[in-house]
Amino acid sequence: MNRRTLLSTAALALTLGFGTAAAAQDVTAGFIYVGPIGDGGWTYEHDKGRLAVEEAFGDKVKTIYQESVPEGADSERAITQMALSGADIIFTTSFGYMDPTVSVAAKFPNVKFEHATGYKTADNVSVYSARFYEGRAIQGHIAGSMTKTNKIGYIASYPIPEVIRGINSAYIHAKKVNPDVEFSVIWAFTWFDPAKEADAARALIENGADVILQHTDSTAPQAAAQAAGNVITFGQASDMGDYAPMPRVSSIIDNWAPYYIDRVQAVMDGTWETKETWDGIGPGMVGIGEISDAVPAEVKAEALALKDAIAAGDYHPFTGPLNKADGSVWLAEGEVADDSTLLGMDFYVEGITGDIPQ
Amino acid sequence: MDLSSINPILLIASIMVSATPILLAAIGEMVVEKSGVLNLGVEGMMITGAVVGFAVAVNSTSPAAGFLAAAVASALLSLAFGVLTQFLLSNQVATGLGLTLVGLGMSSLIGKPYEGIKSPTLPKLDIPVLSDIPVLGRMLFSHDLMVYLSLVLVACVWAFLKYTRAGLILRAVGESHDSAHALGYKVVRIRLLAILFGGACAGLGGAYLSLVRVPQWTEGMTAGAGWIALAIVVFASWRAGRVAIGAYLFGGVTVLQLNLQAAGADVPVALLSASPYLVTIIVLVIISALGAHGAPASLGRPFHASS
Repeated sequence: MNRRTLLSTAALALTLGFGTAAAAQDVTAGFIYVGPIGDGGWTYEHDKGRLAVEEAFGDKVKTIYQESVPEGADSERAITQMALSGADIIFTTSFGYMDPTVSVAAKFPNVKFEHATGYKTADNVSVYSARFYEGRAIQGHIAGSMTKTNKIGYIASYPIPEVIRGINSAYIHAKKVNPDVEFSVIWAFTWFDPAKEADAARALIENGADVILQHTDSTAPQAAAQAAGNVITFGQASDMGDYAPMPRVSSIIDNWAPYYIDRVQAVMDGTWETKETWDGIGPGMVGIGEISDAVPAEVKAEALALKDAIAAGDYHPFTGPLNKADGSVWLAEGEVADDSTLLGMDFYVEGITGDIPQ
Repeated sequence: MDLSSINPILLIASIMVSATPILLAAIGEMVVEKSGVLNLGVEGMMITGAVVGFAVAVNSTSPAAGFLAAAVASALLSLAFGVLTQFLLSNQVATGLGLTLVGLGMSSLIGKPYEGIKSPTLPKLDIPVLSDIPVLGRMLFSHDLMVYLSLVLVACVWAFLKYTRAGLILRAVGESHDSAHALGYKVVRIRLLAILFGGACAGLGGAYLSLVRVPQWTEGMTAGAGWIALAIVVFASWRAGRVAIGAYLFGGVTVLQLNLQAAGADVPVALLSASPYLVTIIVLVIISALGAHGAPASLGRPFHASS
């Protein structure tokens, strides 16, 4: 290519660039992921949201992402890098990115930040999360109804309010249908480590659990349950339908796509504002995967009724009377937990034994 | 706390499964280091073995073919390391780290179409007579073939290094490549063979993860197992028997802490979770204090016949 064609191409590219910019403002949306997009769970669903953004806006939006970014100091570097590379809005999709996100946001006042599952906001930092505990209430109901050993195993990731809320919600609803139910919680201290998750599932099964709930992102517990036979599991974050109808009997599905499209649209329109979003089954941010035939028909009907009641706002999974694990009263008869208590939840409800790691 | 819910028979059986991938990778790396080469690419070779083994096992529906392909693929990957470090004299530490990065990247590329698929897995062997022994049968004699092969491999490596002439030469090359060269041994060739063996073992370890321990492919599924294998070689002060002890100890503490949690043991969880690493560090400190290191003298030093 000689210099003249090079120059004219550059000129053409410039004109085209300005042309599209004038037609509709181009937006670059960045995503920071905690796991690989192929984890089949949490990150996989966020990436589906990213792809939905691309689909919705076509050429008007450019998306960039970085996978498997460790939480902590390294994520600050990755987020800064993404802001420097020209992203207009950056979604940081794990709890552990909270402080790094806030600190990078202070340095880039013109870039919008969206932090998933956190609680710290700023002028250019929004937070968003889903009310997964609503889905876990339904799982707990099915789990309590179906366990034969009355032992339910729970693979938990980190001791943060989000995870503790899930354990409490599942326990309350399992206990409602089955007063003899017991929960064994294993803290894995990881969001994604298939080998460790498989070992944790096996340890729970060997200790007598015939239902495995998980708050980690891989499908390894499903595989372990399948090998053990006669153990049921639930899809976490994603449908995990490959393991249906047994061992996976239902699932909680995160559906971020509408939110992502909405927020990118807001950046395009210049209407983006700091917002705290916490949506559940009703608005569709939390989906319940198909309840498989392995679940008895009447349990399935009860579970779906529970889902409808939650979606309609007729029932709140944290409704009193409820006591804390130390015996003190938390919610009186008919009282409903307020969001700030839920967001900062750091205690088990009465009946769950064991300590929450600090 | 209800520790009675932990079934020791199942616990030991679980430990054997969870220790096997690390054991395979570590025994291979030990041979490599015995020849005087430090290959830090174990993690990369393991994950390559995991993805190739998985892909081949799914397509051929034969786990045996998967294991074989995993060994070959990882050996080929380690050959790249061998050529770079032995012929082109690149820095072994940097090249090994590069190998890990290449392996991790390449494996996620190869693995894309295999996400969410279930693999054919190895059947559990119910060894006649032995597996019928009450307690012991269930505990020790009803595993899949690879668990036993890995232990046989450890015994073979031990016997090879201790009793054979070839093993003596390999150790000589690792202790003093100049002397070995002066005696007429082909230092580079011997080291390449050791590197290939190490690669093949790491590949088997990786395939064990994706075909037996987790039976599926997910990106980054080795999650540091290769680094643990490297640590266990040091832990074992380059002795085959101790490599086995190290791998079983690490696997054992890992599984035990999960079981203690499941049983509701009244121990801080953070401590339990860190215990595999803590135990490894404590034993390393004790070994260092005893002064028995046994690192090959030429470990990590480049060799060229002209120097």
